[in-house]
Formats: sequence, structure tokens, C-alpha cells
Amino acid sequence: MNLDIQVSEHENKNVAQVSGEVDVYTATKLKETLTPLAEQEDKELVVDLSGVDYIDSTGLGIFIGALKASEKSGTSLTLTGLNSRVKRLFEITGLHEVIDIDSTKREEA
Amino acid sequence: MTQSSELIEMKVPARPEYVGVVRLTVSGIANRLGYSYDDIEDIKIAIAEACTNVVNHAYPDDTEQDSMHITFAVYEDRMELIVADQGGAVDVDQLNKGRGPITKEQPVEDLKEGGLGLFLIETLMDEVEIRGESGVMIIMTKFLQRDEVDPYVNTASEESPEHQ
Repeated sequence: MNLDIQVSEHENKNVAQVSGEVDVYTATKLKETLTPLAEQEDKELVVDLSGVDYIDSTGLGIFIGALKASEKSGTSLTLTGLNSRVKRLFEITGLHEVIDIDSTKREEA
Repeated sequence: MTQSSELIEMKVPARPEYVGVVRLTVSGIANRLGYSYDDIEDIKIAIAEACTNVVNHAYPDDTEQDSMHITFAVYEDRMELIVADQGGAVDVDQLNKGRGPITKEQPVEDLKEGGLGLFLIETLMDEVEIRGESGVMIIMTKFLQRDEVDPYVNTASEESPEHQ
């Protein structure tokens, strides 16, 4: 029941690498990390979920929040590295239609 | 052929850190019963959603008593998961309407950060019932798919001398 987040800053984007389980317990930590990144006006936000093996609606809600924040600041939010289980949840809920999901394996740093 | 069931019960504090404990427990039970990997993952999400609802909504912040009661009823062909709280009155009719997936026609600013939980439960489980008595009770059923490879069923009865 751990969640680890590593943020790396690049010239025009921030990349957050998330690994572990995203649920109601770990969600606060994820939200507190992602919200300020999504609010940065000059950088887009890429969230790499390749290390995430569990997510539920609490986690999905955080990405809705991050999407709202990034739209407000005029940047973009992209999710990458979703495993098939995690991706399925985005598809069931319809979130894949509103959040940009990059299906290629990994971002080049 | 009887409909006898085995009951496993747990009562845990209605706090975020215990949702993972319930999830691990259901994972262990479902694994023992022979559910597939995907079904186990679905069940884990469904029970976590039900518990998360209790954690977020059942009790006011200042209440002393805050627990959730989880019952796993194991049958030959299915598992019933019951998540109950002892919280105050909740409008069950309200809970029962207005759920669904997100569509791209919705403006982003109108998207709600909550509210997908019950929709997910209904999508991932085979049967769902929500009752409001004293508090809320969610009863979820997942059937066991037996038509796949099942190591516990001896199909080749005459050709398995190793079982003698």
C-alpha cells in the first residue's frame, strides 16, 4: 500500500513518475504533488503511470482535477505507460475521451 | 448441491488506511476460490469503491463511532460482498440515480471528481443492490466462471492414476 512519486523537471514539461497503488489512502499525496504541477502555466504535465498496478475512482478523480487545473493554466496533461488494467478503467469510465493518453510505452527524457 | 455458504466477516475503522487491508483480504479469499486474475482485480476495485464511500460519506468528522462492516459470503458458484456502515440516513434514491460514464460532450469544467465509484461497482460486478436502513448497505455479487481451466475438477477420471 505504497505510492511513490518522482518528479523531474524539463525545459518545457514536468514529468511525474508514479508507482504503487492509488486509492483513497494514497490519493492525497498524489493530489498534493500533481495539482501545483498542473497549475504551472509554462509547462505541460506528463504523468507516467507505468509503475501503477492499482487505481480506483479516487485516483481517477485526481486526474480529472489535474486536467481541470491544466486547462485553466493553458497547458496540457498527458498520461503515459498505463498497463492494460489501468487503461481499462479509464475506458470503462469514459475518461480516455477527455484525458490525453499516450499509448506508446515511454516518454523520452 | 446445497446453497450453503461460508461467512467471513471483518469490522474495521472507516478510515482510508484500512481500505487497502480490505482489498488485500478480498484478494486472498477470491484467489482461494479460483477466480481469474481479471475477476479478482474487478472485485478488489468494487470493494474498495464501497469502502471508500463509507470512509468519505458515512460519518461526520466529529463522530466517535466509525466502523465499516464487511461480510464475504462464499457460495459454490458465487461470492457475495456486503459492505455496511452505521452512519446516518442517506437518501438511497439519490444514490441510485444519475450515474454513468463520462462523455466527451461534457465540458471539462463540469466533470466531477467524485461519483464514478458506484458506476464502477455496477460495471465490474454481476449484481449490485443498495439498501438504506440504518446507514447504507451495498451488496455485490460476482459469479465464479467455471468453464475455464479448473485444476480442482477431475475431468479425466479414468486416466488419472496419480490421484489414487
